[in-house]
Order: sequence, then structure tokens, then C-alpha cells
Amino acid sequence: MKLVSRLGAPIGTAVVAALAATPALAADAPKLDTGDTAWMLTSTALVLFMTIPGLALFYGGMVRKKNVLATAMQSFAITCLITVLWMIIGYSLAFDAGTSIVGGLGKFFLKGMGKDALTGTIPESVFMVFQMTFAIITPALITGAFADRMKFSAMLVFIGLWSILVYSPICHWVWGGGFLGSAGVLDFAGGTVVHINSGVAGLVAALVLGKRIGYGEENMAPHNLVLSLMGASMLWVGWFGFNAGSAVAANGAAGMAMAVTQIATAGAALAWMFCEWITLGKPSVLGIISGAVAGLVAITPASGFVAPGGALAIGIVAGIVCWWAAAKLKPMLGYDDSLDAFGIHGVGGIVGAILTGVFASESIGGTKGLLEGNAAQVGLQVYGVAVTLVYTAIATFILLKIVDMTMGLRVNPETERDGLDLNLHGEVVH
Amino acid sequence: MKLVISIIKPFKLEEIREALTALGIEGLTVSEVRGYGRQKGQTEIYRGAEYTVNFLPKVKVEVVIADDRLDSVLETIQRTASTGRIGDGKIFVMDVQKAVRIRTGETDSDAI
Repeated sequence: MKLVSRLGAPIGTAVVAALAATPALAADAPKLDTGDTAWMLTSTALVLFMTIPGLALFYGGMVRKKNVLATAMQSFAITCLITVLWMIIGYSLAFDAGTSIVGGLGKFFLKGMGKDALTGTIPESVFMVFQMTFAIITPALITGAFADRMKFSAMLVFIGLWSILVYSPICHWVWGGGFLGSAGVLDFAGGTVVHINSGVAGLVAALVLGKRIGYGEENMAPHNLVLSLMGASMLWVGWFGFNAGSAVAANGAAGMAMAVTQIATAGAALAWMFCEWITLGKPSVLGIISGAVAGLVAITPASGFVAPGGALAIGIVAGIVCWWAAAKLKPMLGYDDSLDAFGIHGVGGIVGAILTGVFASESIGGTKGLLEGNAAQVGLQVYGVAVTLVYTAIATFILLKIVDMTMGLRVNPETERDGLDLNLHGEVVH
Repeated sequence: MKLVISIIKPFKLEEIREALTALGIEGLTVSEVRGYGRQKGQTEIYRGAEYTVNFLPKVKVEVVIADDRLDSVLETIQRTASTGRIGDGKIFVMDVQKAVRIRTGETDSDAI
């Protein structure tokens, strides 16, 4: 929705103009809006802040002391790697017109992105970097699933390929004029593109790499939850750029996205906390911050379409379901998703995407959901979830197998025992 | 001379130091240690994953004293370190053969 309205329209205008063989001098040609531009510059910085240092700290605090630096390093290195790949080809594959399956190569090496190029009412340069920060955090989220055991070299190769072959196409399907966005699937800020995508990829990675040595027997407790609390708080603050920034304007839609983001997050954090309190007798710090992230994930696709009441419901449901996925489902099925990339981002993303179809309000985002009588929207949402899930799972599996056969995915058992920090990076935290 | 080794709850350290100082004990050595006794550690739960933490943080206090002070020192440490709950710790006593003050070369009772 956000890009169909924001990017689809200018492209449509350009096509019509070209067909009519007239120069693009239409009276309603988009003009730069300084307010929108200022907000998008800010949002872009906020979303980058989510990955470094937000996610690096959130994940870094949850691993054991011997793997802190390796974990934080993954987020930082991915930030650098994806920046370069996005500039070279990722942005073009996602946002060049191309086909409904994948963008073209018209924006290869950012071709045509001059100082005065516009996307809607903001400079294309700002739009390109804003979208780059989404392309950065998505693969960085996957690293939570294979924490403590993947080779750094293999991680770089896998993530680089994944970004080009999985992220960019799915981004194109939903926001770049591709078939999911055209079909009417609602994803305001990245429930499918970012969270289901990374969560499912994480689950596949956890299954392909196998469990950590000693999983289920040895103590793998987080070494410093204060780092995780700081990281989760930075994610929360940065998420205002993620969701409210996805309005790509400084307007009422952005304001409402910010409000529902705050409400859903608080609801989910409390829900997770109470689930733990009731079942285990203690409300934990890791629990409340995990719940907050689950709420942020779940409201992401809905943030431009639901009213505050719907947001609270989405948050509470996400807090309960994601708690169940991390604390009950994972042990039941026996996979080792180290930091619950699937349990929170995959499951939270699916909950959010489907509930967007339930709680969408015409007065907020122009589309009716189930509660306003449009049951078909739920079906559309399920379709969007299913397509993303299937493509991500298959493509991620193939990429991991290729990397495994050529260079090996996992560190040797000795390195895993002694810690990745010392063996892969030659450093220790303290 | 006796070496008195006390394994105590960390928060009791300051109280014990004050009580021993009041008795005229002029020096002691402290280290942070981990261990367990009958208390057998505690359980931590992270996102549903339970871990039994066997080794709990304790403080080890070592003090060397003249033989005639043993009873009052033992009584003071035992009384001060006790909370009445499991995990209060233990006290061990050993004979010391010789003591030397490094700066002056004084030995035994002059050195402690």
C-alpha cells in the first residue's frame, strides 16, 4: 500500500507521459516537500540505529560471554556489506520497474539518481537510503537464529546472496510494484518483507546448521541482559522511523503509525510479562523486552491501517503467541533457534500480517478489514504470508546448502567450545 | 597460630570486617569465590529454558590469628555471618606453622 500509493503513482504518471510523447511537464508533477524530506532524513537515521547499535546489543547481551563480539560483529558487518550491495544492485532489483516478479537493472549502481531526482515528495537519495536501512536490518535479524555457531566468512557470503536473491525480490513484490502489492496485500512497514522473511529464513538456518553443542544440557543463559535491555529500547525508539517513516511523509498517517506502534508494543510487552509471571511465578527482564519486540514486529504491517484499539489487540495477541512460540513451541519441536529469530520475528510477523486483515480500518488506511465486513482481506493477507514463507524457505535452504558444500557453514567443534570471539576475531570482550 | 577461612554470603562482608576490627584483628584477605553446599544452587529461566546454576557467588575471608583469640574470632564470625537461612556458609580452621612480615622480617606473633 505504502509504495503502491507512493511509488506506483509517479511511475504510472511517467509511463503515461512517455506514451503521450510529451515531456514530463504536467502541472501535477511531484514537488519536493521539505517537511516530508526532513522527517524521512530523521527516519532513515532512526532505522539504521535499530541495527547498530540496537540489534547488535539486543543479540549481543543474549549470547554467552565467549560469543558477544562475534554476535555484535555480525550486525555491524552486515550493515557495511548490505550498504554496498544495495548501492550496486539491490535497490535496482527492488525498486526499478522491471516485471511483477523482480525489478530491472535500470538503477544499477544507482543510475539516474541525481541530486534533483524525486521519489514522491522526497529526494530519491533519501528514499534509497531509507529503504537501504530496511535491507540492512532484515538479514541482520536472521543472525539471531544461527548465533554461536556459524562461520563469519560463510555468514557474509550467505547474507550477501540472500539479500540479492531473497530480500530484493520480496521487497519488489510488496513495495516495488510487484504482484503482492498489486493484489492488495497490506504491508505498511514490512511484516512480510522484513519479519516473516527474516524469521522463516532464520528457522531454516537453525535447522540446516543444527543445534549448538550442549544445547538443552549446558547453561546457555544470557551473559548480560542490561545490554539486551538497551538494545531492545533502541529498537523500540528506532521503530518510530521504521513504521511512522513508512508513511514517507510528515503527516497524519505518520502520526497515527507512531501512536499505534507505541500502543501495540506496550500491550505485547505486558502480555509476555504476565504469561511468564503466571506460568513461572516471576516476571523477567528478558520476558518483557522480548514481548516489546514481538509487539513492534506484529504492528509493523498494520501500522498504517489500524486504529489504536486494533493496535492494542494486535499487541496483546502477539505477546501471548510469541511467548508461546519461544517458550513452548521451540522446545516441543526441538530446533535450536538461538535467540528466537523465528519465534519473535517469524511468528510475530505472521500474527501481525493476518491481524492486519482483521483490524484494518477504512478511516485510517482506506481499506476495510474483517471487522468492517471485508473478510476477503484476511484471505489476501494469508496469501501474502504463504507466498513469502514458501519462497523464503526454499530459497534460503538452497543458498545455505550451496554455501555449506563450497565453504562449510559451521565452525569446528573446538572453536565453538572455546568461543567465536577468540577464534574468529582474535579478541575477547573483557 | 591459626588460619581461619570463612565462606560467607557476599553482603555480610562489611559487617564481619567491622566486627573483626572491633576485636583488634588488624588484617585479612578477601576473595570472590563461587561454590555450593547443601543449598545446591538455584534455577534460572530464560524464555522457557531452565538452567540450574550450581555455583553461587560467595566471599572467602582468610585471617591468621594467635591461638588464644580463636574462640572469640570464631564466635564473632559465626554470629555476624548468620542469617538463619540456608546458604550462610562455613568456617574452617587450620594450624599455621610460620608467619613472616615481608617488610621487616619479623616472625610469628610479631608478624600478624
